[in-house]
Amino acid sequence: MATGLTLIFGVMEIINVAQGILVILGAYLSYALSVHWHIDLFLGLLITIPALFVVGIVIERLFLGRLKGPEKTAMSILVTYAIAIIFEGILNYVFSANYVELQAWYVNKSIPIFGIYIPYIEVFGFIMVVVLLSALYYMLYRTRFGASVRASLADQTAAALVGIDVRKVSTICFGIGVAVTAAGGMVYGTTTAFNANTAYDLISRLLVIIVLGGMGSIGGALVAGIAMVTIEDIVNVWSPTWATLSFFLLLILVLSVRPQGLFGKPAARVA
Amino acid sequence: MNQSRRLFRALAVTSVAGAAMLMVVTTSGASGSSGNNPPAKGAPGKIGISLSLTGEFSADGVAFDQGYKLWATDINKQGGLLGHQVDLVVKSDASSQTQVVTNYESLISSSHVSLTFGPFSSLLTEPAARAVDRYGYAMVEGAGGAPSVFSAGLKNVFDVALPVANSLVPFATWISSLPKAQRPTTVAYATSDDPFTEPQIPVAEKIMKAAGIKTVYYKVFPAEATDFSSIADDVVAAKAQVVILGSVDVPTVQAFMQAFEQAHYSPKAFIATAGPDQGLAFSKVVGKSNEDGVMVPNSWYGLASNAASKAMVAEYIAKYGGSPAKVNADVAEAYAVGQVVADAVKATKGFNNAKIIAYLHSGVTLKTVLGSAKFDALGENPLMTAYTFQWQGTTGNKFVQVNPIGDPNSVKIEYPKPVWGK
Repeated sequence: MATGLTLIFGVMEIINVAQGILVILGAYLSYALSVHWHIDLFLGLLITIPALFVVGIVIERLFLGRLKGPEKTAMSILVTYAIAIIFEGILNYVFSANYVELQAWYVNKSIPIFGIYIPYIEVFGFIMVVVLLSALYYMLYRTRFGASVRASLADQTAAALVGIDVRKVSTICFGIGVAVTAAGGMVYGTTTAFNANTAYDLISRLLVIIVLGGMGSIGGALVAGIAMVTIEDIVNVWSPTWATLSFFLLLILVLSVRPQGLFGKPAARVA
Repeated sequence: MNQSRRLFRALAVTSVAGAAMLMVVTTSGASGSSGNNPPAKGAPGKIGISLSLTGEFSADGVAFDQGYKLWATDINKQGGLLGHQVDLVVKSDASSQTQVVTNYESLISSSHVSLTFGPFSSLLTEPAARAVDRYGYAMVEGAGGAPSVFSAGLKNVFDVALPVANSLVPFATWISSLPKAQRPTTVAYATSDDPFTEPQIPVAEKIMKAAGIKTVYYKVFPAEATDFSSIADDVVAAKAQVVILGSVDVPTVQAFMQAFEQAHYSPKAFIATAGPDQGLAFSKVVGKSNEDGVMVPNSWYGLASNAASKAMVAEYIAKYGGSPAKVNADVAEAYAVGQVVADAVKATKGFNNAKIIAYLHSGVTLKTVLGSAKFDALGENPLMTAYTFQWQGTTGNKFVQVNPIGDPNSVKIEYPKPVWGK
């Protein structure tokens, strides 16, 4: 989820506040496929990922591609917030405000390993994340398109000067950034009861993760995401009240030493 | 130096002017309404409501909206309030404590509503009641039963539902009265720091401690927490035979139940302060047959024998579908608010909030779908009885009253609770 958000920012300098509601849209699509067509949640990703890719392309073409100039990043917050509200309204209308949770045989089951029960969904979710991140890594570092993306990440003007169609790269990257929310939403929906409004909590956490990791850094998002969960879980044992706060304290500490986040590159943003 | 002095002066002037303007606006707003804003002849009687149609409490907010609307439809069919058709003016507060205040101020000052109904949750009712009190309005509500709502000393707040502090008493008393061979020996408490949940736990703990049931885990978590896995793991590790969860919504209960099932842990009894009372919204989320044996304290359920309640449930099902057991208790609480206000308007022959407040404080007993309503000096309804309800069977259709034991409507408690995931 955070990977998509940071990818979008890295290439387009757009802060996609709608990422949270798109995650929930992904979860609802999995829910619809599972309940109405009895399609397994993981198999359903073969439909929901391309579907959300198309949604991303449409959003970029209709709204975000039009944003230009020095105020682009600030304006993107307003535009994507408006998009989030529209999606929230539609989802509330279609699915109601009642909470739902994705169900499958593996959602509540677990495997005992050395006396510890590991939930199947966490194992399957982990495998899925590894596969998706590997695919993303391959695309970014082993393909011609990936080279274009990295060039755009580093300097859009220079990339355009060497013949890269930065607009096209941006559109596809936004599509990919949104497409990955289908997978994130599916796993999220198996572990948490959700409705359209759950998106607000999600987006606040996603933004914090990419700020800590470094805006535009995919590896940073991964490290920061793991750090958030680990720190919260450890502190939770001692005090649930301090759990969330402790992560934010770490965030403040890191940002005071490295304002660009753990893996952010300030030079890349100067141009 | 001169520049900073000028800046300081400008700031000071702006602050004073701002404060003066605020005073003027507040005072004019208050004196303009003073709780007496009756509808013009032939005009609808506007009732202002702020509801959590989005945000954390949206599921409850929508259920409250349905309850208020059912009541409005019914009262309008009967000719309205003193001949005025009822017009509900609903604003969404996104479950925010600040927005709820803004909404009521706007409903009174700009929309010129004649009456106000309460929002959802104690968390929002407290600031909302303070806000409408400044304008002299009564706030009859159905979801603000926490002690913190009444400790503010407001005279305008009236809760038609159960005062929450004693909600778990029937459950704790029943557990404590079990024969020694059946009585659990350990209990775990995990509760949100919400004003609705937190006061309930110490009352239950005191009763159970007196019966020799040892507290092996007690943790308060922040209301805004969304990840409960480590707390649930702690409860599992404590191996308590009874779990009492202080929850305000379905996702919290679902998260604990899922973690328990994944850890192959199934307590003998499991009760959550809210969530399991939300009918279909609960049973759909926790997985097939997992609701079996889960308990919740409340003062109403869809199969309640009271005639007014039965009529409301039938209407609800005709409009929204479902079955009686799956009607959210919020619907009835909202409907009861309308009934109390309607009776007060009729009795005082007008929309004057001061008279309505005095009438509701007069000790009069009113009939609602929840049962009888009578308000003490604080605005609590001491006539409400705390019951315990339990999901029974694997079809998810049976939500029954199990407590107090000996009540003619109580059925046998399913104890120990069936193991989850079987």
